[in-house]
Amino acid sequence: MIRIALIGFGTVGRGFAKALAENREIIEKKIGKFRISAICDSKSSITGDFTIEEALRYKLEKGRLPESIGVEEIIEQGAFDVIVETTPTDVFSGEPGLGYIKKVLLSGRDVITSNKGPLVVAYHELIKLAEKHNARIGFEATVGGAMPVIKMIRDGLAGNRVKRIRGILNGTTNYILSRMEKEKAPYPQILSEAQELGIAEADPSYDVDGIDAGAKLVILANSVFGKDVRFEDVSIRGITRITPEAFEIAVEKGYTIRLIAEADENGKLEVSPRLVKLTNPLAIYGTLNAVLIETDLAGEVFVIGRGAGEKETASALISDLVDFYGNGSFD
Amino acid sequence: MRFTLIVELEDKPGQLIKVIEPISKIGGNVISVIHDRHKVSPLKRVPVEFVVDVDTDKVETLLNRIRDSGVYIRSINEVRMLYTESFLLIGHIIHTDLSDTVNRIDDTGFAEVVEIHITMPKVNEPSTAIVTISARGKGELNKAREILKEICERKDILVIEPLNEESA
Repeated sequence: MIRIALIGFGTVGRGFAKALAENREIIEKKIGKFRISAICDSKSSITGDFTIEEALRYKLEKGRLPESIGVEEIIEQGAFDVIVETTPTDVFSGEPGLGYIKKVLLSGRDVITSNKGPLVVAYHELIKLAEKHNARIGFEATVGGAMPVIKMIRDGLAGNRVKRIRGILNGTTNYILSRMEKEKAPYPQILSEAQELGIAEADPSYDVDGIDAGAKLVILANSVFGKDVRFEDVSIRGITRITPEAFEIAVEKGYTIRLIAEADENGKLEVSPRLVKLTNPLAIYGTLNAVLIETDLAGEVFVIGRGAGEKETASALISDLVDFYGNGSFD
Repeated sequence: MRFTLIVELEDKPGQLIKVIEPISKIGGNVISVIHDRHKVSPLKRVPVEFVVDVDTDKVETLLNRIRDSGVYIRSINEVRMLYTESFLLIGHIIHTDLSDTVNRIDDTGFAEVVEIHITMPKVNEPSTAIVTISARGKGELNKAREILKEICERKDILVIEPLNEESA
């Protein structure tokens, strides 16, 4: 029986719990029996004997969980085999997730996270810590949501030299730019409509200034190119200055404009709006994400998919779970 | 890029393929062939004019291959400025002296601004322009790009660069 402790019970955490319950049969065929042994959010918790459905219902009705055991205490008690960490991202401090993850790895237990912050701030430290304590850290959910990127490069393209990665790693900005292209409307108007639709946050700076895409690029560069880069190393420009006329004249020349994150083996690390040929696979529309990977053996490989959303993120978290414990490897 | 290539071929069977095969092998496209038998050269060679479409970075390799097969190349046009790239600029382009920006590129001698399309929606609002620069070689184009970026940075103009479609 694999015991999963879930830290963070917001949209992502609840989405993960729901997906575990809904796809239990499929998942158990791969990893054997599992249960969630503890759930903890910023102010409440549930431990002991409970079902996923009960926890979800309690949170929905009461806005919290029944107990008040803190995250630290749950980690110290250690009644779990793996932590799934879904607390909010802070790409500058990495906290609170970073502290939790270190503690779990130190105890020799596995971690799966959807939280970019800890990996952006301390990628190599966490990888080394995991190795040293014979634990693992899975972070597929931090880059590109449901799109399999990290494991595809690690496994599917194993043995390739990756030369360059370019992608659209932020769905919100891609949505805004797609609509500016189609409707030739100004940026502030499309932004406020995106906010009404819940596609952009009330404070959109994280997305539109390129911070989110930059954070994901740091994780990709560290994991794929084996670099030791930090958020400050990324040259970042956002989309706020782009005019509707820019699309008009770009389209006349056969281009559109997209926010592209690019990293290569020579150390290029840039997030910026770019002219993208309308025939290029990266000229995608709506909230989609996509990554174009250039390798020496496989040539170009293109992945496209949904970059965010509770089910999509759950899909990536579960893929790490199966990666860790598949084929009856849990004992 | 598309260019015109005039070669002289011996007047015997199997000559045309010496030009067409390298074009095809490099992934190029023959747009037209004019075979003018009335203008045989003193050495009894026939001038043949090709219009060819091929990736800019492959032009030199292609020409070398054609020469290697023993074909005499009489002329090539539109290849003086081989490398071309378009950039989008957003900001106060006119107020910050557009001609200065263009001159700085043209003064290099190895690159020039070949096209500008500018739109100015309202007075005092940022204008948007697409600027096309041609350069003699890849390195020269990179230098021209750096000059453009440096000027625009100083003038607070946003430069949107194209996604390079050549493989890494």
